[in-house]
Amino acid sequence: MRQHCTLKIGPRIFRIGSDWAAPVRQLRALYADYPMPDDLIAHFTVRLEAARWWRHFLRPSVHINGDHMLPGALPLPLAQGLLAAEMGMNLQLALGERHFLLLHAASAERNGKVLILTGESGSGKSTLAALLGEHGWRLLGDEFVLIDPTTGHAWPFPRPVSLKNASIAVLDAIVPPARFGPLLTGTPKGDIRHLVPNAAALSGMDSPAAPALILFPRFGVPRDVRTMGISEVFIRLTQASTNYVALGEAGFGALTRLVTATPARAIDYPDTMTGLALVEELWSALA
Amino acid sequence: MSAAARLLAALLADPGRVAQVRTEQWPMLLTIARAERLAGTLALRLDGLKLPASVQAALDAARTEAQHNRTTALWESEMARRALGDLGLPVILLKGTAYAAAGLTAGQGRQIGDLDILVPRDRLDTVEAALLKAGWEWVKPDAYDDLYYRRWMHELPPLIHTERDRMIDVHHTILPLTARPKPDAAALIAAAVPLRDGLFALSPTDMVIHAAAHLIADGELDGGMRNLWDIDRLVREFGVNDSHFFTILEVMAQRHGLSAATTRALRLAHALYATPLAAPFRARLSQTDRLFLARILARDCWGRGMNKPFRLGFYIRAHLIRMPLPLLLRHLWIKWRRMG
Amino acid sequence: MRRAVPLDALTALYHRRSGQTHLVTEPVPAILAALAHGPATLAELVVRLELQGLVADTDTPARLRERLDELETIGLVWRL
Repeated sequence: MRQHCTLKIGPRIFRIGSDWAAPVRQLRALYADYPMPDDLIAHFTVRLEAARWWRHFLRPSVHINGDHMLPGALPLPLAQGLLAAEMGMNLQLALGERHFLLLHAASAERNGKVLILTGESGSGKSTLAALLGEHGWRLLGDEFVLIDPTTGHAWPFPRPVSLKNASIAVLDAIVPPARFGPLLTGTPKGDIRHLVPNAAALSGMDSPAAPALILFPRFGVPRDVRTMGISEVFIRLTQASTNYVALGEAGFGALTRLVTATPARAIDYPDTMTGLALVEELWSALA
Repeated sequence: MSAAARLLAALLADPGRVAQVRTEQWPMLLTIARAERLAGTLALRLDGLKLPASVQAALDAARTEAQHNRTTALWESEMARRALGDLGLPVILLKGTAYAAAGLTAGQGRQIGDLDILVPRDRLDTVEAALLKAGWEWVKPDAYDDLYYRRWMHELPPLIHTERDRMIDVHHTILPLTARPKPDAAALIAAAVPLRDGLFALSPTDMVIHAAAHLIADGELDGGMRNLWDIDRLVREFGVNDSHFFTILEVMAQRHGLSAATTRALRLAHALYATPLAAPFRARLSQTDRLFLARILARDCWGRGMNKPFRLGFYIRAHLIRMPLPLLLRHLWIKWRRMG
Repeated sequence: MRRAVPLDALTALYHRRSGQTHLVTEPVPAILAALAHGPATLAELVVRLELQGLVADTDTPARLRERLDELETIGLVWRL
């Protein structure tokens, strides 16, 4: 494809091809501070394609394709091409990864130990992780944590954090404008703006660490902390994984090891600052 | 035609050529291998050879995927055996599941989709009832599709297992009833060979004929590289040490009305993978063969199908072969009306 | 054939042949362990469980039968 670029995020390299120049230009700008890929051979290929050649120009809409496809995925307007590229990378990893156990979770590291935050969309895990990343933690990622079945360690996947709606302003107040991507309005999830992780997160993207705490946050409800049975954690993490079944016994080994070795709590919090304090409190109690 | 797809074929046939692959060729090789569902096969072919670390990682992933695929496919056939084992009829595994269950090289690293089985046509009702009792259900309860399948197709409407979410296709012959060639289903069943667990596979020559029919008479040539790879592996495994193999193949292909499809598929396999062929099958590629080959290899280095109009031509052709024209129109018309 | 990891009240079971994970509770691990010695009728199964002290008072033959039916559905045990 005429327009393309190669990006390295944590241990994975993506080759992105596009029928249009704009998404690739925006990707290059957003990923300008990322380390150059150390290898020409990408793990995954993403294609941003027009359905028909004339749709390059007329009502252009971006179809997200690649090595692994999800039938029936709807296209996005070209103005949201950057979002399409990000979704394409997520999709390739989610469907194609066969070494790391993938958990749909945000994560951050401090003192060589990893905190995993997992929950559905709207649980606030992206915002919490982004804030932790600005308050002395190393952000590992806001979308996927990659568990290495051989070591049990969590690998970073520090894509730009995709901030949605109200959380854009929360981070805008404390992060320099240069680290933000363009504001994307009217997406299927409302307003989206990408936040590039800081230098510590990017330079540390090849450094995994051992998980120490798993939290299941819930946003917008009165403050509460609940201990969880190991089997409940196990079930919820199989549901949060896109490739648990496909990894076979390696996935079983990785997940049972993670849940039996790592304490877990369900936390409810009414607002972001309370959530942040609660995370710090539970983290301190570990030591 | 794609040079990258040709390179993939060359590498599958002769893994020793891996040393000549340039670094910048690997991303497209891997992409095309995935698009053609040959990544797992490539991983096993290149096993133990010196590869760049990232290529090795990608192939390890493909191998994990193939392994998982094989496990679920064989489990599905085992569950079908438990459901159908006591009916006193032969249950014949087809395609990928059969290759894997029979331990054939064609099954190594191969991606396997739905479970395909062949049973005697006069026992379809019994099989259907036993599957429904054991937890399978119709995918779409639609009267028209149902009737269409039962009248014109070579299989029951697809069934899916409620717990395991896996599909089973129950065939009673290997081509739709509307196709011009009329394979002799009774002969296929009579020649089937038992596997160790009570299930059956087609005889070696019938396996090759089925793969050829699937590629040329029945399909749209999609997945042609893999289909020809299956044929290459089957011929090498059965044909090299058995002097009668090609003789029987010729006779049986004729009996099933699939001589043209079989001889063409073998010529194409030879062109792509240097499949060793005996005299009656050795021939120069015709002009049409070259078109088939170009179509099969039409994939660019981003894994996209090339030459869209060309592909469309073959799509229409595939429907024409499967169904006499008036029937095709009737079929499309009902489809359009339902969409409107 | 299987790999079991006790979690809490439940045991995670990886069944290699199907690639499926099951979460099971007693008496299922006991039934599977007892049947690992070879096929058995329901009566023989009860004897095996009792010999190993693995049968609870609530595990009546009728309840064991129910568990066996469930295990048959997921393919972990089968009728000969």
